[in-house]
Amino acid sequence: MAKLESKVPSGPLADKWRRHKAEIKLVNPANKRKYDIIVVGAGLAGASAAATLAELGYKVKSFVFHDSPRRAHSIAAQGGINAAKNYQNDGDSVHRLFYDTIKGGDYRSREANVHRLAEVSVNIIDQCVAQGVPFAREYGGLLANRSFGGAQVSRTFYARGQTGQQLLLGAYSALSRMVGAGGVELHTNSEMLDLVVVDGHAKGIIVRDLITGEIQRHAADAVILATGGYGNVFNLSTYARGSNATAIWRAYKRGACLANPCYTQIHPTCIPVSGDYQSKLTLMSESLRNDGRIWAPKRKEDARKDPNSIPEADRDYYLERLYPSFGNLAPRDVSSRAAMRMCQEGRGVGESGLGVYLDFADAIKRLGEAAVRERYGNLFDIYHEITAENAYRQPMRIFPAVHYTMGGLWVDYNLMSNIPGLFVLGEANFSDHGANRLGASALMQGLADGYFVIPYTISDYLAGQKPGSRPSTDGAAFQQAEDNVRAMTRRLLGNKGGEPVSHFHKRLGRIMWEHCGMARTRAGLEEALRIIPALREEFWASVRVPGSGDTLNQSLEQAGRVADFIELGELLCRDALTREESCGGHFREEYQYPDGECKRDDEHFAHVAAWEYQGEGRAPLRNIEPLNYEFTKMSVRSYK
Amino acid sequence: MVAEKTSKQLFSVTLRVWRQAGPAAPGQFTDYPAANVNPDMSFLELLDVVNDGLILKGEEPIAFAHDCREGICGTCSCTINGKPHGPGRGVATCQVYMRSFRDGDVIVVEPFQARPFPVVRDLITDRSAFDRIMQAGGFITVRTGSAPEANDIPVPKEDADLAMDAAACIGCGACVAACKNASAMLFVAAKVSQLGLFPQGQPERDKRVLAMVGTMDAQGFGNCTNQFECSAACPKTISHDFIARMNRDYLKASFRRAFKPAAAGTAGGAG
Repeated sequence: MAKLESKVPSGPLADKWRRHKAEIKLVNPANKRKYDIIVVGAGLAGASAAATLAELGYKVKSFVFHDSPRRAHSIAAQGGINAAKNYQNDGDSVHRLFYDTIKGGDYRSREANVHRLAEVSVNIIDQCVAQGVPFAREYGGLLANRSFGGAQVSRTFYARGQTGQQLLLGAYSALSRMVGAGGVELHTNSEMLDLVVVDGHAKGIIVRDLITGEIQRHAADAVILATGGYGNVFNLSTYARGSNATAIWRAYKRGACLANPCYTQIHPTCIPVSGDYQSKLTLMSESLRNDGRIWAPKRKEDARKDPNSIPEADRDYYLERLYPSFGNLAPRDVSSRAAMRMCQEGRGVGESGLGVYLDFADAIKRLGEAAVRERYGNLFDIYHEITAENAYRQPMRIFPAVHYTMGGLWVDYNLMSNIPGLFVLGEANFSDHGANRLGASALMQGLADGYFVIPYTISDYLAGQKPGSRPSTDGAAFQQAEDNVRAMTRRLLGNKGGEPVSHFHKRLGRIMWEHCGMARTRAGLEEALRIIPALREEFWASVRVPGSGDTLNQSLEQAGRVADFIELGELLCRDALTREESCGGHFREEYQYPDGECKRDDEHFAHVAAWEYQGEGRAPLRNIEPLNYEFTKMSVRSYK
Repeated sequence: MVAEKTSKQLFSVTLRVWRQAGPAAPGQFTDYPAANVNPDMSFLELLDVVNDGLILKGEEPIAFAHDCREGICGTCSCTINGKPHGPGRGVATCQVYMRSFRDGDVIVVEPFQARPFPVVRDLITDRSAFDRIMQAGGFITVRTGSAPEANDIPVPKEDADLAMDAAACIGCGACVAACKNASAMLFVAAKVSQLGLFPQGQPERDKRVLAMVGTMDAQGFGNCTNQFECSAACPKTISHDFIARMNRDYLKASFRRAFKPAAAGTAGGAG
């Protein structure tokens, strides 16, 4: 049974991080260069961590499966990044950002982690501005803000609709600087396929060079995973096609606990699916909800009509009706489920009937088309490219899609997993968003972890490791891990079945969406747990992976990732089945209030479920970390 | 989540694709017919479908670079019918939809062509030269934790907006592929301009432009001869005006370096 010590420092909430930083063990500057740190992934969390650790003097090896660190999917985040600067004088504070995040997470996150996140949020903005990130500004030259996704203050900083891109390029710049300065050894086109654990500590990784196929061993004094979320377990999502869970899944199989996998976020404003060939879903930034109004026709008969021909009286602005104080800005999970209900009632729009309208007619009347164009022009352009429809003239069609995963590898307050020496940052860990993430908080968390948390907390571990004690890659653990990787590659390539990898990914996605999507039931989850293992068997019996292992082989890459997704999908359903309550992104139909809202069960489920691998064919162990709310009162999360 | 039967008119095209097993291997075009093409399908989704068919026939699927499929990561990089990122203005290959083509079309698909971007396989090229340019100077040196309060540095909105126009670059390399000289000036100019427009970027302004342009030349990219094909092919329609801005910066920096040697060059304080 894994030991799950959260290591949250004692003392008043607002003092914990400051005191922890003061008390943490340090590595002497002359010794830092004697430590090698592996960082896997170069999104916001990975790039900011790699750059900052190298600045401190550690020797960093950065691994990315992309051809360049600038490609990570953080780049696609549109809306913005939260920070408790209170530049708008509208009553924001560290405490309010903390409270909003705790409440938004439906009281399923760790108080101390969330407070720290709110505290360092202000430093992130300073750091990014100094790097030359072109945030939006007022005419006076100071930074502009907007309100975003379920917040009642304007604390979101943004760079048009490309905030993630600009923040990532800032972190990539910092990383590039350290690569140029020799502090970071960059390995592009390199996919981590196993974690090497020596005497119980994470001391290396096995990597496949995606161009040459070469399997490499890399040793280090500590390993950091910043490899993002696992939303592509649903196949169709707003994630990049290459986003995958292989690094965290293989770490799980080496003993790292995977926490709360059932907490998945469905984003309410995506472009609806158009056909079976579809490879991804495109997000329309939530910022659109600041000015757009969401509605569905009141009558089923109107669902196929030209929306402009439906009179005001026949439209149901359902978010404004159901949640008058938050209206169109109701949080993501709440908005998504409301859209789903409209479609279930037969009032969904578009060819598939799986869509609702996001209408800008009022905003254009109020602000003028030019102002709307100024704010959202690039999003309207994207919408036009994909649908060939002009959203200035007719409402957009939107539908929820998988967007983010709050679950991830379990970490303590130092962001270290239950395997000593293995740290996990950003979306890949579970800690800060509880059961639901607020808009503009993912970028905040990724950069907080990378720039301002790990540089301090990693020294607490490294100070206990003798400099130069890093194991050689010739050891038995490296050999065993490499053998493991080679065996899986051989098995995949040896299979000459009749279906391409995509066939299985699509089928897994349909199972997950139907049985473990926006609304889950015991019967549905039990069904999923019956058919996913069957799908897994079928995959290994009849997948066809062409080509060889010693060259670039995209089918082989994809096959390994989908094999992992099938296993992870099963664990996700198992977690969803055992969590007999509704909270945030996890909605169990059995547990709801008469008005359809989430019914939490704090008595039995105010805890983190951290799953521990027990070996092939054996049920994983469900470990528990109780969540103690010392400073906030758990209440019903209402947005009425 | 699968859509119902579509009311769209399906059609057929032929993909004429450049196949090349490796950097040193010879390459050739191969034709792949594709039927039942939905106009709402993206071009890369059609490649997915064609590839699944090839796999089942026991043939090697077409290797192509892609990731976000929403035009922001800069990974995708085909030249379609002679144009980097294909028909349409201001879009990346992943944002090309089949409604841009007609029944019976032969669509020629090649990798980005430029000597500094060697072919890895089929439609994939090695664009790491861009990373090396960035590593030489595409940054403002700011150690984490040492930044001043963000609003202590006001930036006129016009400057910030212009910087954002430049910063929109996705590093895809279409500008290089479109240029008859394989020049990377638009890519470099975008970063030089973005950082040079901010007060924060001034201390390293000279050093940055000299280092980035120097590395650009060393990587084998050509020069700009004012054809502006780069801006026309750019998925973010970044203006070639930034090239003029960079040339000014480069000239000024060169003069300053020539007349102020030694001490001024240290610690990036020449600005």
